[in-house]
Amino acid sequence: MAHTRILIVDDEEVMRDSLSDWLREDGYDVVAVESGAEAIEKVKAEAWNALLVDLKMPGMDGIEVVRQVKKISPELPMIMVTAYATVDTAVQAMKEGAYDYIAKPFDPEQVGLAIRKIIAHQELLEENVALRQALRKKHEFQNLIGKGRKMQEIMETVQTIADSNANVLITGESGTGKEVVARAIHQASSRRERPFVAVSCAAIPETLLASELFGYEKGAFTGATAQKRGRLEQAEDGTIFFDEIGDMSLATQVDLLRVLQEREFRRVGGEVLVRLEARVISATNKNLKKLVQDGKFREDLYYRLNVIPIHVPPLRERKEDISLLALHFLKKYSVENGKHLTDFSPEAMELLLKHDWPGNVRELENSVERAVIVASGSLVQAENLTLEMGLGPRGGTGVSLSSEGASLEDVEKVHILRVLKANDWNVKKSSEILGIDRTTLYKKMREYGVEKVKEE
Amino acid sequence: MPLGKVPETLLDGIRVPIEEIFGWPTIPMEGIGIPPQAFIEKRNQFYSHVLLKAMADARWQSSYPECEKILGITRADLATPVLTFVFGEAQLGGRFGLISLARLGQEFYGQPENENQLLVRTVKEAVHELGHTFGLVHCTFESCVMYFSINIRDVDDKGVDFCSGCWPVLAKKMEVF
Repeated sequence: MAHTRILIVDDEEVMRDSLSDWLREDGYDVVAVESGAEAIEKVKAEAWNALLVDLKMPGMDGIEVVRQVKKISPELPMIMVTAYATVDTAVQAMKEGAYDYIAKPFDPEQVGLAIRKIIAHQELLEENVALRQALRKKHEFQNLIGKGRKMQEIMETVQTIADSNANVLITGESGTGKEVVARAIHQASSRRERPFVAVSCAAIPETLLASELFGYEKGAFTGATAQKRGRLEQAEDGTIFFDEIGDMSLATQVDLLRVLQEREFRRVGGEVLVRLEARVISATNKNLKKLVQDGKFREDLYYRLNVIPIHVPPLRERKEDISLLALHFLKKYSVENGKHLTDFSPEAMELLLKHDWPGNVRELENSVERAVIVASGSLVQAENLTLEMGLGPRGGTGVSLSSEGASLEDVEKVHILRVLKANDWNVKKSSEILGIDRTTLYKKMREYGVEKVKEE
Repeated sequence: MPLGKVPETLLDGIRVPIEEIFGWPTIPMEGIGIPPQAFIEKRNQFYSHVLLKAMADARWQSSYPECEKILGITRADLATPVLTFVFGEAQLGGRFGLISLARLGQEFYGQPENENQLLVRTVKEAVHELGHTFGLVHCTFESCVMYFSINIRDVDDKGVDFCSGCWPVLAKKMEVF
């Protein structure tokens, strides 16, 4: 137990020294402080295996220390130490969350037992963590996280199709993790050691897209001072990922279709045929079928890309994965920020589970990252979370009320939707609550595009 | 180094085993009295940390510059502010260690005196506290002399020497001297 860290808080120096010396002889790493406030700061800043708290201290007494530490680090075992042992104080200390209670001076056997109990408790906690990790592994595959049926199905599909060369089309709302799925396919395939090249079709200006994709020869156009390999070539025999394929212009769609059909292309201004060796994965948050009907996306390209369709559901349709994902991001950002956060308080988790997540996994990740930065101790508290409240795509307006501010119109939209939802879309009842007549409410619903949606 | 009156035979008797275990010579030192401020009236015991401080503060220190470690022996029943009793106490990785004979004799447990047994128990506790002065912490092996004894049965059950885990650590610590 050489690395078991014990924090002692006692206002009397002789007690601190005596207890520290004795525990150090037992091989523990001990730090002793003289006030409750210092102890709380230490608990916030560092990780401990046990806290020994003196009951009677000026200012903040031991009971108060236990109460506050319980909020910051509920899993930290605390032993109340006192020279004034009474049944009442013992009961109160245990009620507030102390793990054990010992009266000074104590028998060496008694302290040994208390410490051994703590170690056993710690080992049990570690075992729980190990079990949780083992379970998490079962629910994770190449950064894909989810224990719900939908995500499990996606993981199975990814594994099944990884080694085929068939084109894949991944659909889903913004922030659902379409690129994560694409990378998972790449990682699970035998191409994993080869390049994974992502092209955001919406981010590259139309005029540059062709030279970006196919590359160009020296002198192909003004400024082409040297030959450049395009993204398709850079991908070699790895994977090329076209993100936001729905935003590709019709002209580029024609070029891409030709490349997919012939599996070869020419650099801009070039004659030499270059072979396409990469596997093609595309993704979009748009309804490509609708774009095809509207004549904005080529039907033949759609079928060419959509050999294996994968739909990533929005987070609100897989609420069972929220806690798993939130814990994953908590771990990731705790490490990045040098924090010791291990979990969310029940209130914080409730907020996460109730939220609609219009921005999907990306929004959840951002929220957790922000919370990690402001949180202290071992738990993320509800007040550490700043969740954006909005209608989300289901409301039809895509309005989001960020903490930085929102227009009155936006607030009105959100409020109308909330009241309607709370009253099971009963317009009469909702209009009464909102203090407007039914006709006005209907008018506003039309104006804001608020319409009844089926709850999952 | 005796603190208060300690039987000469015992002081002499523990020297040879200690020299054999550590491989270092021992020197019998001039004793000091038990400081009155160490007495805990309510408990009829003596604070071990006060006795250790008295050893460190003693004027004779300069007379024994060659002594790397100094072990005090007393018949006083030792306790600390947080523990009801201790068989001994030491500065972890420091110069001074202290052991009490009070609870090592059979007579403390209502049994007839047994000098031989007292000597063996004293050697074990002396080696244990000296081990602490070399920076060793408690060991989990019940037969190792660094095992933490919470009662006299534990003292009897453990050995007088270091286990194969503690010995290399001690040897490394002793190298620096």
